[in-house]
Amino acid sequence: MMGFSRPQWIAFLVMAALVVVAPYVLYPVFLMKVLCFALFACAFNLLVGYVGLLSFGHAAYFGMGAYVSAYAAKAWHLTPEVAIVLGGLTGAAMGSVFGWLAIRRQGIYFAMITLALAQMAYFFCLQAPFTGGEDGIQQVPRGSLFGLIPLHSDMATYWVVAVIFLGVFLLIHRIVHSPFGQVLKAIRENEPRATSLGYRTDDYKLVAFILSAGIAGLAGGTKSLVFGIATLTDVHFSMSGEVVLMTLLGGMGTIFGPVMGALISTSMENYLAEFGAWVSVTQGVIFVVCVIAFRRGVIGELAAKLKIAL
Amino acid sequence: MSLSRRTLLGTAAAAATTVPLIGRARAQAGQTIKIGVLNDQSGPYRDTGGITSVLCSKLAVQEFAAKGFNVEVISADHQNKPDVGASIARQWFDRDGVDMILDVPNSGVALAVASVAKEKNKLHVNVGAASADLTGKSCAPSVISWCYDTVMLAKSTGGAIVKAGGDSWFFITADYAFGHRLQDDTSEIVTKSGGKVAGSVAYPFPGTTDFSSFLLQAQSSGAKVLGLANAGADTVNSIKQAKEFGISMKVAAMLMFITDVNALGLDVAQGLNLTESFYWDLNDRTRAFTKRVVKVSPDNWPNMIHAGCYSGTLHFLKAVTDMGVAEAKKSGTAIAERMKKMPTEDDAFGAGRIREDGRGIFKSYLFEVKKPSESKAKWDYYKTVATTPAEEAWRPLNEGGCYYVKS
Amino acid sequence: MMMIFGYPAPLMFGQLLLGLINGAFYALLSLGLAVIFGMLNIVNFAHGALFMLGAFVAWGMLYYLGINYWWALLLAPIVVGAFGVVLEKLLISRLYKLDHVYGLLLTFGLALIIEGLARNEFGSSGMPYAIPRQLQGAVNLGFMFLPIYRGWVVVAAAVMCLATWLVIEKTSLGATLRAATENAPLVQAFGVNVPRMITLTYAGGAALAAFAGVLAAPIYSVNPNMGANFIIVVFAVVVIGGMGSILGSVVTGFGLGVIEGMTKVFYPQGSATVIFVVMVIVLLARPAGLFGKSA
Repeated sequence: MMGFSRPQWIAFLVMAALVVVAPYVLYPVFLMKVLCFALFACAFNLLVGYVGLLSFGHAAYFGMGAYVSAYAAKAWHLTPEVAIVLGGLTGAAMGSVFGWLAIRRQGIYFAMITLALAQMAYFFCLQAPFTGGEDGIQQVPRGSLFGLIPLHSDMATYWVVAVIFLGVFLLIHRIVHSPFGQVLKAIRENEPRATSLGYRTDDYKLVAFILSAGIAGLAGGTKSLVFGIATLTDVHFSMSGEVVLMTLLGGMGTIFGPVMGALISTSMENYLAEFGAWVSVTQGVIFVVCVIAFRRGVIGELAAKLKIAL
Repeated sequence: MSLSRRTLLGTAAAAATTVPLIGRARAQAGQTIKIGVLNDQSGPYRDTGGITSVLCSKLAVQEFAAKGFNVEVISADHQNKPDVGASIARQWFDRDGVDMILDVPNSGVALAVASVAKEKNKLHVNVGAASADLTGKSCAPSVISWCYDTVMLAKSTGGAIVKAGGDSWFFITADYAFGHRLQDDTSEIVTKSGGKVAGSVAYPFPGTTDFSSFLLQAQSSGAKVLGLANAGADTVNSIKQAKEFGISMKVAAMLMFITDVNALGLDVAQGLNLTESFYWDLNDRTRAFTKRVVKVSPDNWPNMIHAGCYSGTLHFLKAVTDMGVAEAKKSGTAIAERMKKMPTEDDAFGAGRIREDGRGIFKSYLFEVKKPSESKAKWDYYKTVATTPAEEAWRPLNEGGCYYVKS
Repeated sequence: MMMIFGYPAPLMFGQLLLGLINGAFYALLSLGLAVIFGMLNIVNFAHGALFMLGAFVAWGMLYYLGINYWWALLLAPIVVGAFGVVLEKLLISRLYKLDHVYGLLLTFGLALIIEGLARNEFGSSGMPYAIPRQLQGAVNLGFMFLPIYRGWVVVAAAVMCLATWLVIEKTSLGATLRAATENAPLVQAFGVNVPRMITLTYAGGAALAAFAGVLAAPIYSVNPNMGANFIIVVFAVVVIGGMGSILGSVVTGFGLGVIEGMTKVFYPQGSATVIFVVMVIVLLARPAGLFGKSA
């Protein structure tokens, strides 16, 4: 079922169990942050890991999703689930435009064009009145799920985030293992061959791009409701860099890698916050070490060692 | 995950002031009051707040020598990001038992932290941020703004310059909430005093280092006064480049601290007008206070934010002692109310009070930066031009629009 | 008074000149990037950090050793170039067989490390670096005051760009370089030490960045973030000019400086973004950039 292999099932169950137990041990707000970033990294990985397209502008979808969800919850008083879905749709809509422009170019040019488009999105967020400029959208209410269950307590919110995370995680896995996902991987390995087999590769790439952007928007929307704030940090270029870091660290093209990467990167940030700029030094060192010696990432190396796919 | 470990890792000077606390660490658990200093420790506002704010807060703790409870000061860097600030605040209140968050420069971050404080009913004594909204339309019953805001700066500096004949203004404004707020508040004073605003230009913030293009636009507008609605390194760069390009307008740096004057040097800064509510060389008490600060912070002398962190901490501890630790820990609003009832009194600001809407009420001073020939020593920078009495220096209570103030 | 588009002419001339000054930095930085990309096929994200390092070396030389601006202009590029040799030998040389993307990620990481260390050591408020005595003051051009130092920046940058172009296009060393870019094994077969050549190219690019850094030090305060502010814009310049094209990067550098300067008059808030708008338009119309050879 779901296209999981046996080891993947085990890994998934372990992960799900950890998600359930963790809030009783650790600070739930921190865990929610990890889950939101894990979702974001999974979205990014869908594009880079399975289609081989490195986007350097994924913060645009994440951040715009965060803004729209926050605005919907605060100004229109929509319930959290609707606000989050709106965030996802925003990401997808932007992804369809940006993706349509970007997929015509390959490699470095693709990275650069996504970067340029994301810079324009950043500028839009800086200027548009509804985003609150440098202040961001603050005091976003968490509201009540379906208008029924109030999310004042961190634990209640945690369960909602956990369900979203696990659900989308399974969805991504399903996509990757569908016939559609197989075509994507074929494109990654050898695009001309996929074209010669009669696949309209541009269409496939675009759909993957939209899905990835949509999930990124969903992750951003969830984060903005959890923290009650959406700011320029979410759309800034360094956010795009951070998601690359997470995915690279965990393992590009593995299912569990981005989750692991998000966990490591977020905890590092949290523990290192007291050391000021050491955060960026450490991130830099991780980049260098990963690229030089560790290209498959934590999960990728582990999987290679155990000779299984994770 | 505990940011509080930062205390153990502070600078040597900071560590030295912590030692007496360890000596008293025998009181019962739950009898510890925790102050969290949250500010910019690596960015453009590092010198105007930063570690010196932490040291001043610790100095107040040490001098107050609380009886019957311990006081601990921890600190963190918010990197000028509202989301970072909000999440540290949340964690400090939720997990680390912080009772009061102090300083928080950058209006965007301050508003985010204030809203967390309001949600959790915890006290936030803001010193570093300029926005008058903190005691106006974004006020909260457990939030206090200590010793300056945009309206007070506009009234003092703006009013004085128009009076001296600077009746047409051109603004160079940092394109974010604080910059626009400062520009608007100043424009209001300028037009009220009979001047006019000839134009303005908003530049991308952060990330602009070259202001030459905007300076040329200001020059060609024909206005007499160049209003700088920005802060920190941006202000320093604008003033430097105005000199480089031979801009012949009167420069009005709407927000500037003695630490910025120090960065500029008197050669460039001489003749500027600026407003602070504290200067180390005002009287014997400010000099005595500064002497104690300089012992732990020899390279960075106190400006009004640093003095405010000292004064705010002291007054907070007085209120806690007055109402008892157990009561104080229960509600931020209750401590704030107690702080508003008691008059403030310390070496840095003399006598003052906290108004109903959380606005600290102190005198404000208009200074002129000395010529190099007038300055007798390092940090001997200001001449006092005018003093505004405390009751006239601030926006009137009924004009702020704070929701819980009955008008 | 003469008006251009409803703005006084002196203002427009002034902005044009300021645009050229900024363009000089874009041109110098993108030149180095283009040389490195052309030869090594590496998108050098660390270029901004090397630029910043150049400014810091100059500052350190003055502050600790009393070495003046003119010597720094010569020595800082050598020091940073040597650092470039170390980076290339130790790290970058391991990536030539891999996808471009890894080079980009590696140098991105290097930039984070270098800038983070500088921020830890010096904070980010910036250190002042005085304009050398010989270049202080300003001349009145009638339409504006031109600080002499800024005029010097344009001249120095233009001369440096020209020199680099001459070396690569007109000397035998340059010819070998270009040949090695086209077909490394063949050039190697002629007895040329290609790996060493690649190392020196990277060092040369790094030195160019450092040279720009020293030029920038007196204008912008010496600040750990000064490179990060530039790098993304400079990328855009290189991409618009056509990656690896030397002429393209220089022309585009100056051109975009002017466009940005004009934007500061009409829509100042957008001045940081206009370059990306140009980039998207150019890439959609000419996938290989203005001067690039289409693949």
